[in-house]
Amino acid sequence: MSLLNLTLKVWRQDNPSDSGRIETYEAKEIPTSASFLEMIDIVNERLIKDGHDPIHFDHDCREGICGMCSMTINGVPHSKERGTTTCQLHMRKFSDGETIYIEPFRAKAFPVIKDLVTDRSSFDRIIGAGGFISVRTGSAPDAHAVPVPKPDADAAFDAAACIGCGACVATCKNASAMLFVSAKASHLNHLPQGQVEKDQRTLSMVRQMDAEGFGNCTNQYECEAVCPKEISVQHIAKLNRDYLAASAREGVS
Amino acid sequence: MSSSKCSLCTFIKSSIGRKLVVALTGLALVLFLAGHLSGNLLIFAGAEVFDAYAEFLHSFLHGMGVWVARIGLLACFVIHIWFTVLLTRENKKARTPYVHEATVQASKSSRIMIWSGLTILAFVIFHLLHFTVRIDSDLAALGEASPWEMVIQGFQNPLVTIFYVIAMTLLCSHLSHGVASIFQTLGLRSKKTAGAIKFISCAYAFVIYVGFISIPLSIWLFGFGR
Repeated sequence: MSLLNLTLKVWRQDNPSDSGRIETYEAKEIPTSASFLEMIDIVNERLIKDGHDPIHFDHDCREGICGMCSMTINGVPHSKERGTTTCQLHMRKFSDGETIYIEPFRAKAFPVIKDLVTDRSSFDRIIGAGGFISVRTGSAPDAHAVPVPKPDADAAFDAAACIGCGACVATCKNASAMLFVSAKASHLNHLPQGQVEKDQRTLSMVRQMDAEGFGNCTNQYECEAVCPKEISVQHIAKLNRDYLAASAREGVS
Repeated sequence: MSSSKCSLCTFIKSSIGRKLVVALTGLALVLFLAGHLSGNLLIFAGAEVFDAYAEFLHSFLHGMGVWVARIGLLACFVIHIWFTVLLTRENKKARTPYVHEATVQASKSSRIMIWSGLTILAFVIFHLLHFTVRIDSDLAALGEASPWEMVIQGFQNPLVTIFYVIAMTLLCSHLSHGVASIFQTLGLRSKKTAGAIKFISCAYAFVIYVGFISIPLSIWLFGFGR
């Protein structure tokens, strides 16, 4: 098994009000089979052993489905590899002697808590504003009780693949949350179960997005390029349409 | 959530609403460019045709037509710039910079929209003073007699021609991103149409570019009209 010697330039920030700084670490003898997070684990073990504060970072499932891992690797959220999360990124994608910049997801709406850990609860508040359907929970309805046309089911499923990691915001030149919001709205707006609250959902989610201080989409599609779930920007076009229609209906009713 | 007092105000204050305003005013300006270019290209048809076209514009609807167009265009222009400056300022505020910045796929044109736009603003002010208000008394005298002569004379100055070409280059860049953006903001872009929209956007920008620079370059470089 081959081993890598790397130089890490890591963003360290003690608390939300600290101005933060880049610190340099030598990551020696890193196995190519390690994931990116495991590489940081190895570095952290050595830091702890030497009596230093380990690098704080978010992680949970480590299998690419929870959306918790959030770091910007050489300026690109989840690295330049397409359709992958940081936890699913392996060190074999890097070469010996490389310098890697590791920074938190940066946006005013994602304040840094410590080092690479950011507060992404603004996403939770957007979901709370309308990313749901109001139904009685308990007994599950029969799967065929509500027929869903196949194209709608597929489109809804593609949108629902969003894991809410925030890479779209982190990479956007304007820190816009349009890809996230459009995916979450599109997921439910495509389905018959989501029709009753469609207008209210669209209006509330967009208004919450604006209130959280995200920027405005300028159609550069950086979000689509870095999204680990490869969510399409055509959901943004749909959100623009749905929002216009919902606003018009709200205006005349 | 309580329904707001003024739905239109709420809409205009939202990010999507403001983008829609930018897209619609942009669309009006994009369509104006096509009309303006078609008219300008009549310069190659000779002094008589071009002067007759200028006369037609000024006498259209008993001279009202040109003012309706001017006021409409000015409104679109001012609103377009006002809203984009507003949006750009918000966008800058929403972002914190990376130590190691990287761009995956955003085009150069899309990243300099505000600068290409503001250069076009400076150009339009100059262009209006040059050919519409005619602050140069020689050009003003020529303009009364023959607009065709005025244009030929106006482009004899290399500085004017160079600034014109620079401004048109940035206009081309602005359009290559702007035209495609209109479709996305109006919600008309999908996976199926994305390629066609990108092509239309670039092709339109290219046609406008070549069309507009052909006039000063023929006059200045190839001595057209002399």
